[in-house]
Amino acid sequence: MARHRPTIVLVLLSLLALAAMAAFMTVGAKGQWSFVLPFRGIRLAALLLVAYAVAVSTVLFQTITNNRILTPSIMGFDALYILIQTVVVFAFGSAHLASLGPNVLFVVEVAVMVAFSALLYRWLLSGDVRGLHLLLLVGVIFGALFRSLSNLMQRMIDPLDFAVLQDRFFASFNTVHSEILGMAGLAVVAVSVAGWRLFRTFDVLALGRENAINLGLEHRRLISVVLVLVTILVSVSTALVGPVTFFGLLVANLAYQLAGSPRHGVVLPVAILLAVICLVGGQIVLQHLFAFDTALSVVIEFLGGITFILLLLSRTRR
Amino acid sequence: MIEIENVSKAYGRSVVVDGVTLTLPSRGITSIIGPNGAGKSTLLSMVSRLLPMDRGHVRVDGLDIADAASDVLARRLSILRQDNSISVRLTVRELVTFGRYPHSKGRPTAADREHVERALGYLGLDGLADRFLDELSGGQRQRAFVAMVLCQDTDYMLLDEPLNNLDMKHAVSMMQLLRGAADEFGKTVVLVLHDINFASCYSDHIVAMRDGRVIHQGSPEALIRPDVLAEIYDLDIAVETIGGRPIGIYYLGSGSARRQQMPGPNG
Ligand SMILES: Nc1ncnc2c1ncn2[C@@H]1O[C@H](COP(=O)(O)OP(=O)(O)O)[C@@H](O)[C@H]1O
Ligand SMILES: [Mg+2]
Repeated sequence: MARHRPTIVLVLLSLLALAAMAAFMTVGAKGQWSFVLPFRGIRLAALLLVAYAVAVSTVLFQTITNNRILTPSIMGFDALYILIQTVVVFAFGSAHLASLGPNVLFVVEVAVMVAFSALLYRWLLSGDVRGLHLLLLVGVIFGALFRSLSNLMQRMIDPLDFAVLQDRFFASFNTVHSEILGMAGLAVVAVSVAGWRLFRTFDVLALGRENAINLGLEHRRLISVVLVLVTILVSVSTALVGPVTFFGLLVANLAYQLAGSPRHGVVLPVAILLAVICLVGGQIVLQHLFAFDTALSVVIEFLGGITFILLLLSRTRR
Repeated sequence: MIEIENVSKAYGRSVVVDGVTLTLPSRGITSIIGPNGAGKSTLLSMVSRLLPMDRGHVRVDGLDIADAASDVLARRLSILRQDNSISVRLTVRELVTFGRYPHSKGRPTAADREHVERALGYLGLDGLADRFLDELSGGQRQRAFVAMVLCQDTDYMLLDEPLNNLDMKHAVSMMQLLRGAADEFGKTVVLVLHDINFASCYSDHIVAMRDGRVIHQGSPEALIRPDVLAEIYDLDIAVETIGGRPIGIYYLGSGSARRQQMPGPNG
């Protein structure tokens, strides 16, 4: 039984995820299918990309930092992305940006984001800042700093520019930025290919720095590479639906509990499927059963926030 | 042969390893002894490339550890650290299987699995193989980590206090196991020991450290002597020869030892 558990969990979750996707495409559809299917298909694709990006980036981040509480969003990654978006708008002005097109902009933002986070977070995770609570505190401070800077700059932007670009800043599950869907998909595929080649090292990296080095990994280099992959994934999800602070924490920790094995071959797919079920399934349930249109992010953040507090409490008690 | 050349490490102003130059011979057991804080663990961590050194070089079989590829080194040299904690929840067998990673790169073959079972057997862990590490006693967990190092099957094994948490029986069988690895398989074992008598009975060579320096080295007979031990530990230790080995008697400490030697004014 214990040996088959990962397979059983994977099969069950796959079925649930498929059911959620089918329901998302069909439930409550009025009007012509030729209109409904592409319209919903695009939204579904965006949600799937976000689910994948958040799940994978959180699990990998926790693997390289050897903890289960810190996540990229808690450490301020997506706040940094929003800040970079704001700076780019601030620097170029909306007229210029419109001529560049959203895809070029996205690529520029991701590139800047990778450069910055590589510097900032490599220093933060290099071992100079010791202890989970200190790291957490620094992350929270960074997040707050990035958010205040973004707010300040958004206020200083020409009101006309701001009106034009407002929806860029306030992406959410309901106002998905589908115009960059193709580019985002491409980024996710590129990350996955690169990640696939490192796949066997993930389980070893999870044993911690010293064990990984003893077992022959080039630890520093691998950490940097994984951090770049994580950063790109965070950029993708933030660009598509805006920041979601506790979602990654929720699915990653549920995945550790359900998977019944610490192997990434099990944990990663379980986390991805859970994220899909939460996002797509959650969207259907809220929209059609309760007729709440905007509540999904609230519900997810609420559950994720509770998970975060429980994790912190269980750690201090130990 | 491990050549350690003028290796130093400082944390801020405090120098914890101070220009150590040392050659550890191939094959056989070398024990490192010395008081707490002497820099033994720090030295071992630098030799096994876990900790960057401030100065100096370490060569393993002529290979400079600063330039050599990490995966090549991982097939030559393994280390057991003093404190082993893993944030992932693993069973004993899963942990030990990781020892094969340098050879299997994550795809263990039948031969790798045989290695794992043999290592589990050597350390008496057969019955515990499917238990989670957090369900074991300290000594059982220590043996699981040693099994992992054994499984890595390297020519050089560095073990930082491998007898931690072990009862007498398991401590003796661990030392016999290491002696066997050295004698039968030609392994080079370097270990940090606190019990000078284990060092005396099982090592070919003993290195004594204090305040970040090597202050003595040589055969057990040369090192396990009252004058030398007093210099290393600041403690009067009587040495008796038992079964042809020098055995230090340190349980009574300086005060009581002196009281026995020097009767009171009226006695
Ligand atoms: N990360 C560190 N920061 C500051 N001092 C350290 C650190 N690690 C070890 N030390 C100090 O270095 C000295 C040597 O430590 P160590 O090598 O662990 O000693 P040993 O293993 O011989 O008991 C000790 O005084 C210890 O306090
Ligand atoms: Mg030590």
